[in-house]
Amino acid sequence: MTRQTSKSKPVLEIENLCTVFHAEDGAWPAINGLSLTLQAGEVLGLVGESGSGKSVAGFSVMGLIDHPGEIVSGSVRLKGRDLREMSEEELRRIRGSEMAMIFQDPLTTLNPVLTIGEQMAETIFEHRSDISKATINDRCVELLRKVGITSPAARLEQYPHELSGGMRQRIAIAIALLNNPDLIIADEPTTALDVTIQGQIIAEMQALQAESGTALIWITHDLAVVSELADRVAVMYAGDIVEQGTTDEILDDPRHPYTIGLLASVPGDAIPGEPLHQISGMAPSLAARPAGCSFHPRCERASDLCREKDPAPTSDGNGRMWRCHHPVQASPATDGEAER
Amino acid sequence: MSIDLHTTPSSPPIIELEQIGRVFTRSPVAAERLLSLFGRDPEIPVLRAVRAVDLSVQRGEVLGLVGESGCGKSTLGRIVTGILPASSGKLSYEGQDVQTLTAQEKKRYTLSVQMIFQDPYASLNPRQKVGDILAEPLKVHGLAKGRSQIKERVRDALLEVGLDPAYADRYPHQFSGGQRQRIGIARALIVEPDFLVCDEPIAALDVSIQAQVINLFLELRTRRALTYLFISHDLSVVRHIADRVAIMYLGEIVELAPAADLFASPAHPYTQTLLDQIPSVRNRKRKFHAVKGELPSPLSPPSGCAFHPRCPHATERCRNEAPSLVSIAPGRTASCHLVKESK
Repeated sequence: MTRQTSKSKPVLEIENLCTVFHAEDGAWPAINGLSLTLQAGEVLGLVGESGSGKSVAGFSVMGLIDHPGEIVSGSVRLKGRDLREMSEEELRRIRGSEMAMIFQDPLTTLNPVLTIGEQMAETIFEHRSDISKATINDRCVELLRKVGITSPAARLEQYPHELSGGMRQRIAIAIALLNNPDLIIADEPTTALDVTIQGQIIAEMQALQAESGTALIWITHDLAVVSELADRVAVMYAGDIVEQGTTDEILDDPRHPYTIGLLASVPGDAIPGEPLHQISGMAPSLAARPAGCSFHPRCERASDLCREKDPAPTSDGNGRMWRCHHPVQASPATDGEAER
Repeated sequence: MSIDLHTTPSSPPIIELEQIGRVFTRSPVAAERLLSLFGRDPEIPVLRAVRAVDLSVQRGEVLGLVGESGCGKSTLGRIVTGILPASSGKLSYEGQDVQTLTAQEKKRYTLSVQMIFQDPYASLNPRQKVGDILAEPLKVHGLAKGRSQIKERVRDALLEVGLDPAYADRYPHQFSGGQRQRIGIARALIVEPDFLVCDEPIAALDVSIQAQVINLFLELRTRRALTYLFISHDLSVVRHIADRVAIMYLGEIVELAPAADLFASPAHPYTQTLLDQIPSVRNRKRKFHAVKGELPSPLSPPSGCAFHPRCPHATERCRNEAPSLVSIAPGRTASCHLVKESK
């Protein structure tokens, strides 16, 4: 659906991926037929609110869905190989070497009883047992320096609790980069950090990404962060990607009413003191997704069609996609926001 | 926009802080106590969370308080509400030192200054029904008599924050984050306060829910003529809601200005840095020029100006001599050696 006519082979192709969570009263789909393609060196912003399925999408790609979750259909191909057909052993070899993940809270993802050096060495050793201790040490120091950590050799001896939140996140990034992966999935990596530290991390990720050519999926709820970082944006709502395109297309010319609502509800350009545009209601829970288009109860443009039929994706053939029966028309001359 | 509506020049500020400070320390361990018995006082580290802050809040205004984690903004908010006593300095409510208030005046101060907390999951008792959570302050302070009156006040409070009165019989876990924050707001409003200290009230909420809660704050302000101390690390939210903004760094206020002026022409290098770091949907693939370093530990603050190790313009003087807050334009103050004082 979203396949692009590009000369290079995509790093990641997700097709029709469905991940459900089993409960006593049935299996609830957290993501529902997700399709996504990522080219080498591309930065994709995956945007959505809590419960939209954006993190589950990341975990599904990494093969980290445990019971009661289950990937029930679809395919995830990393450089052409289907990850869903691999054994756990094969996946282990790929995770941490060809693809890596950075999580939101580095305090819970770093092991508190191992030194930074031990955890970093483990990541290399797991994948390349022939390597000498001295080489591993050099590599760790090199990467810590790259992510902007001062006196890296001394840090290797320290434990996670001795470091600040920003430092810990840098270490998590360094660990993700250790084996030069082709794909990094970063799940809200700066949400827990202060703006100045967020700025530092984004700056370093930009530089590292440009240097290494790693493809990056940046999962976030913050459209502003995405606009600073991403080549393309996919907006998720209730388990589906509702709109996808280049960053400029999504932010300057959104077609889906949810994207428009999200953009209008951040205070950026609003007149101070005036009410902000708000999307009424809240995102549906997994067990209570409405029939038809899942956004229709909150949508100003909803019609009977939206209440009955889930919209199929519309594509413009250039990687631009939206799922809406009544997309907002692109208006090249006048700014669409003027009518509000 | 509405400061002038509520303030007459003669009325004292609703809250005034003079040289307010707060230190945290630990009690000496056995060995240290032994040492002091022998006349050798051990060195126990002292954390100065808030250092000599002067600040006044006028009736009817929204004062934004901005800073990074660990700068002391929440401690300051707690001091204002009286939850946490200050270690030094003077806190006045409507021109009167709170230390000298009579029991009855003290009750009026406590009721009229209410707090809204960041985490709506942690600040509501999970074992109480929402109706009981809201009724408790009424009962404790004897503000409503009889079941029916309490029930009516609870009903009105829920309606006011946009919740269904039937929710009174539910428990907090049955609500979403945004709804819980509304319950927190209803609990603060039920004692009819004049002044709300809002400590990061929307930081834990989703984007589309943040807009709803910001709108609720704006609405309540107009309807009830409330005054807010709005504590946040999110500058774009503060810009939207605040009349004046105070920027805090390592326990001190480094700049104070009307919101429009502050965002148009930030004076202090730290404020400039913060503004540069706000991500915006207008920027595409911007090259970030990140500020170096992190907020220093308040246990061992740097010499001179606390910001000098991170400041791109720091001079020899900044390293040795701490600047003080001086007036730089009408209604604006900043503490930086590089900013010119105006009289």
